[in-house]
Amino acid sequence: MKSKLAGNQDALAGLIFIALGAIGLLIALRYEFGSSTEMGPGYFPRVLSLLLVGFGGVILLRGLRSGVAVDGIWAWLPLALVTLSIILFGAAIERLGLVPAVALLIAVSAYAGHEFRPGEVAILTAVMAIFAAAVFVWGLSLPYPLFAWSF
Amino acid sequence: MEFLDNLALGFGVALSLQNLAYCFLGVLLGTLIGVLPGVGPLVTISMLLPITYGLSPVSSVIMLAGIYYGAQYGGSTTAILVNLPGETSSAVTCLDGYQMARKGRAGVALAIAALSSFVAGCIGTALIVGLGVPLAGWALRFGAEDYFALMLLGLVAASVLTHGDLMKALAMVVLGLLVGLVGTDVNSGAERYTFGLPELADGIGFTVLAVGIFAVSEVVSNLEQKERREIFTRNIGGLMPAWADIKASILPTLRGTAIGAFFGILPGTGPSISSFSAYMVEKRLARDPSRFGQGAIEGVASPEAANNAAAQTAFIPMLTLGIPGTATMALILGALVMNGVQPGPSVMTRSPELFWGVIASMFVGNAMLVALNLPLVGIWVRLLTIPYRWLFPAIILFCALGNYSLNNSAIDVYLCAAVGVLGYVFAKLKCPPAPLILGYVLGPMMEENVRRALLLSEGDLSIFVRSPISASLLVVSALLLVTMILPAIRRKKEQAYSEG
Repeated sequence: MKSKLAGNQDALAGLIFIALGAIGLLIALRYEFGSSTEMGPGYFPRVLSLLLVGFGGVILLRGLRSGVAVDGIWAWLPLALVTLSIILFGAAIERLGLVPAVALLIAVSAYAGHEFRPGEVAILTAVMAIFAAAVFVWGLSLPYPLFAWSF
Repeated sequence: MEFLDNLALGFGVALSLQNLAYCFLGVLLGTLIGVLPGVGPLVTISMLLPITYGLSPVSSVIMLAGIYYGAQYGGSTTAILVNLPGETSSAVTCLDGYQMARKGRAGVALAIAALSSFVAGCIGTALIVGLGVPLAGWALRFGAEDYFALMLLGLVAASVLTHGDLMKALAMVVLGLLVGLVGTDVNSGAERYTFGLPELADGIGFTVLAVGIFAVSEVVSNLEQKERREIFTRNIGGLMPAWADIKASILPTLRGTAIGAFFGILPGTGPSISSFSAYMVEKRLARDPSRFGQGAIEGVASPEAANNAAAQTAFIPMLTLGIPGTATMALILGALVMNGVQPGPSVMTRSPELFWGVIASMFVGNAMLVALNLPLVGIWVRLLTIPYRWLFPAIILFCALGNYSLNNSAIDVYLCAAVGVLGYVFAKLKCPPAPLILGYVLGPMMEENVRRALLLSEGDLSIFVRSPISASLLVVSALLLVTMILPAIRRKKEQAYSEG
């Protein structure tokens, strides 16, 4: 049953909605509810969270009954690499500077593709680094150091 | 002749050197990026959103609008030459456009697409001029309860008409509304869902959400499969359509425009449904329907006109009521809000130069598109040969850099990565992202209006049915939902009966 659930499109979607709604509701319980006349900050979050759990429940039930499988394959590796490249960029731009951040992002994200050609990636990095510097640093005069080594 | 004065005012704004430049830049960037295979208007706009934040509200909307119809246009070039629609609204153009290309008539197909888009764009814009004032005048009489009902209708319509599963679309709307709550509550000053992070006190950034859910997740989705395309770069044929081609395209273009204009105004429908409907209508009307799918020129003219007309008239509810009908409009509305413009009917009276300037720029932009596209088609064709393995790291870079540059905050970049993961999972599970964005944009306004309405009525919920405007809007929303849910129930029942 478990392996079936893992590929069940609607059941998974329903579970995610229920989980998000439940988390939302748990947090919202700490906010003051108020009354219909004077709605507290908790009024809307609670109503919406409950709605989300409800919709999630309907979708989950329907999924368990129909069992439509997820289309195609999950691109877990590309997803992980692309996400990692963005996070590395964020971490690098303040500590290492713009150019290293660009290089890291391009190299790691390019690895998510089907073909990784080091020569091409090097050229792409150079072009994009110059482009980013031209647009953001020289064009929009944003205060990003091109290289900065501060740990 | 009030509207002439308005137009004069608008053209005065749109034809300023600065705004001409932004309009041109928008149209150029939009076409450029829209032509690139696998990059549609949503990705293009979300990716380029941060660039426009430094501009004045007028210039930024002019540029975004230019990017929008430029990308829309670029999508049809890709559809015709590569048989790969940049977005769903160009999918229909593939059917006959690509067949024309295979028969050596790519140039004619491109020219007809450009011309019919131009005609439709101009008529669509003229409709905004005509309908904008009365609609905004009507909406100015809205009370808080009417506003709430209108937004609810917008959200319901968007979920009902979104391609795919109604329940999931509704769940995404609610999730979007919840995400919109993150930040400081205006009424009480309480922080909601901020997890103690000061960066979240102003809410989750609009670009963070848009870029993550549209651009990042789209890139990952594209990486699932190996790219393979068949491109016609050599044998495009003459650009000049024969008189017979033009004659065959006139009526389809006008019909497509009418269909597109209608669907564009309806919230939640937008270009995809309109281009599909326009195609079906032409096929119905054709003397020889079997030509469709074999390179019929009507099959290019009509859907292209329809999606461009819809792209223009979609601005009507967005600009006059502050209700975005499509995800793209939600993006542009979000940009307006970021620029400090309170959307709604008062935009027209409070900042007429914004309203009319943007509209006038649409005429200008559409003309630029024709001028830009036909002579330069050779360049666009060469762009098509850029492999995706070069494109997507650049797209990701733009997403990250754009988000970072808004607040110089790495948190935004991390959040965007997280939204991207969620966006990809949702895409795999067939949960549509557009309703989420609509919910996010409309959420805060809805909450404010409900609060105001109930404060005025002293907590009496009947205020929503006592106002005739609100009551009728609520009835329409309910009807929409019921008509969508009922057939599903009936089908289930029939199934049950046949099984039992």
